[in-house]
Amino acid sequence: MSMTKLIVKNAFRHTLRVLLTIIGISVAVVAFGMLRTVVTAWNSGVAASSPNRLIVRQAVSFIFPLPYAYKEKIASIPGVSTVSWLNWFGGTYIDKDQFFARQGCDPETLLSLYPEFKLTSSEITAFKSDRSACIVGIETAKRYGLNIGDIMNMEGDIYPGSWQFTVRGIYTPRSKTDDATQMFFHWEYLNERMKQDDPTRADQVGYYVVKINDPSRSAEISQKIDQLFKNSAAETKTETEGQFQQGFVSSSGAIIGAINIMSYLIIGIILLVLCNTMIMTSRERTREYAVLKSLGFTGGHLFAFIAGEALTISFLGAGIGIALLIPIVQGFEALLPRGWFPVFIIETSTYVLAGSSAVIVGVIAAIIPLYRALTMKIVDGLRFTG
Amino acid sequence: MNIPFYYILKNFVARKLTAGITIGGIALVVFVFAAVLMMADGIRKTLATTGSEENVVITRKSSTGEITSIIDRPTADLISTLQFVQKDEKGNALMTFDGVTVINAPKKDGGISNLAVRGVSETAMNIRNKITIVKGRMFTFGSRELIVGTALVKTFDEINIGDKIKFGGDEWTIVGEMEAEKSGFESELWCDVQQLQLAFNRDAFSTLTFRKTSDADIETMKMLFAGDKRLNQYEPENERRYFEKQSEAMRMFIQILGITITVIFSVGAMIGAMITMYAAVANRTTEIGTLRALGFGRTSILIAFLIESIITALLGGIIGVGLASLLQFFSISTLNFGSFTELSFNFSMTSSVISGAMIFSLVMGLVGGFMPALKAARMSILSALR
Repeated sequence: MSMTKLIVKNAFRHTLRVLLTIIGISVAVVAFGMLRTVVTAWNSGVAASSPNRLIVRQAVSFIFPLPYAYKEKIASIPGVSTVSWLNWFGGTYIDKDQFFARQGCDPETLLSLYPEFKLTSSEITAFKSDRSACIVGIETAKRYGLNIGDIMNMEGDIYPGSWQFTVRGIYTPRSKTDDATQMFFHWEYLNERMKQDDPTRADQVGYYVVKINDPSRSAEISQKIDQLFKNSAAETKTETEGQFQQGFVSSSGAIIGAINIMSYLIIGIILLVLCNTMIMTSRERTREYAVLKSLGFTGGHLFAFIAGEALTISFLGAGIGIALLIPIVQGFEALLPRGWFPVFIIETSTYVLAGSSAVIVGVIAAIIPLYRALTMKIVDGLRFTG
Repeated sequence: MNIPFYYILKNFVARKLTAGITIGGIALVVFVFAAVLMMADGIRKTLATTGSEENVVITRKSSTGEITSIIDRPTADLISTLQFVQKDEKGNALMTFDGVTVINAPKKDGGISNLAVRGVSETAMNIRNKITIVKGRMFTFGSRELIVGTALVKTFDEINIGDKIKFGGDEWTIVGEMEAEKSGFESELWCDVQQLQLAFNRDAFSTLTFRKTSDADIETMKMLFAGDKRLNQYEPENERRYFEKQSEAMRMFIQILGITITVIFSVGAMIGAMITMYAAVANRTTEIGTLRALGFGRTSILIAFLIESIITALLGGIIGVGLASLLQFFSISTLNFGSFTELSFNFSMTSSVISGAMIFSLVMGLVGGFMPALKAARMSILSALR
């Protein structure tokens, strides 16, 4: 009988106990996977950032606008290839619980800055030529049953009043990790309205998005841009998109930290459950280990038996846990308010972490029983009755 | 006849390690459960003590938070003349016109976040929570000065007395530190609203808050606002309730995440308890047979093992709750999704948290121990003694 066969057969000697252990581990793997998915979803903005996009915002807070006049000055800096801008609109669509980004943009430059939003050329032309047009991501379009030609009615809050936008394009994301829920309309449309309703707010943009040719020069170009507007009425802060997104993530740092701590606690629980089983199992087998030792099996063999059994159990548990994780994550996403996490997927790193923790836990759980088996005197082992 | 309690207790001592591990597992689960409840309650407490039951807040209808609400001066003046607004001895409305904006500041442990800057009228001091200046002095109306909430000073850099913050095209000096009965206002910076307006060249406010007359009620007010053409863009709300609603998103998120995780964990812990109990039963077959032969009935055996399981769980629960109570020494500062500004809160341990956690551990002990106890009870005397 080969070693592997012996290990596996041994593992399932106490079917009920082993089954319970495997279920226990798989449950913990599901919890761990879910927490990690929440943390990675939080960081998705950072992950989706491009190294050749810089965000130029008002230095005091990005909720303050920047003058439209800055555009030319920024464009004149060497290393800057395209200057685009965005303006957070907010507003209410249907009711206050519908979350997705709604922003005014420059249709001419938006897609060159964001190649991850894919549109057909006829959609692009239609979007550019209709001042009251908008494009929405396919997730949002699906959620609200929007088709090309539909009107979106919004009630503005930062920009009070009733607003109508015509859907002229539905974009698809380049990859699963890109945000497919955003809505963009013409900033000009917003600006024209402001010139009528509140001229003091005209010719202002929310923030600039700047494409640079050479990502390695991002720090240098950022400083140059900020230098241009130092000591003016609206000073700027320029940083890479990754840093900008990281700022948002770090503002919720405490909560994310708490979630991370919980993930580690879970690994601890998995460890305890498996350790418990392994200790009980090996205590029962004390006489057998004594027999094996007297037959000449070495410490290495005992390690293989015990660790092998522990690893078999932990891998089976991790495997089942990962399989269950997928439907449970989908269920959890359905519980959350729609649009909270634009990107909510199980990332490869989560699978890898779950798998490797199974290995580590399996090995650690084998340590106490192994230690006892190795140090016990054969004579005591044979006498052991439990 | 009932099995002596002493017998049950002695079993714990006999198998210290496995009993310890099982108790540890349950303690961890209870700890997480209690921690989540305490966090959600802490958020609710901070915001529920913000403002006063006697006050009414007016915001623009479609705004999601104070920073996206706009009320122009003519409307503000009109509202101050309404009959529900209480007047002071001089006949002036007990109302504060607030302007709320946001600045970015660096956190002590890295990253930045949004801090609320609230411009207030002189009346604010009289109608809100007791504001106490604990260090420095109150800002002078008419000057570019700020007071900072104590909760912020703990978490943020560069906002101590004497520091200058640049926004609105000018430098503002922090002259004092305030406490506000542990309410949400302790996470804000306050200044003179008129100065704020001048700095931003706007004649609009974010929100209005007034002390209502004793016979006024919110429902009547809401109907009046909805029916008046000049006022139907705005809505009144009880101040406490308004701030409580601001925390809804956060609380919901923490609760959904926390309860999902805890449910998953608890299945794991129950399985851990089950494994231990099954092993206990398996190891003590001879004892059980002996007890039965001595005359103890099946029910006594069932109860004895159930009690053992429950004690294990309760011990784990007590340890878990004990650990969770240590969390009260920590405070968390994070971005509140609802208001998009920083909020500090504590972990709050209430009797309902404790009782909830203990009942939870009791249930885990019952469910985890039931089937093994049943197995022990159903053993036939002969097979047990063999």
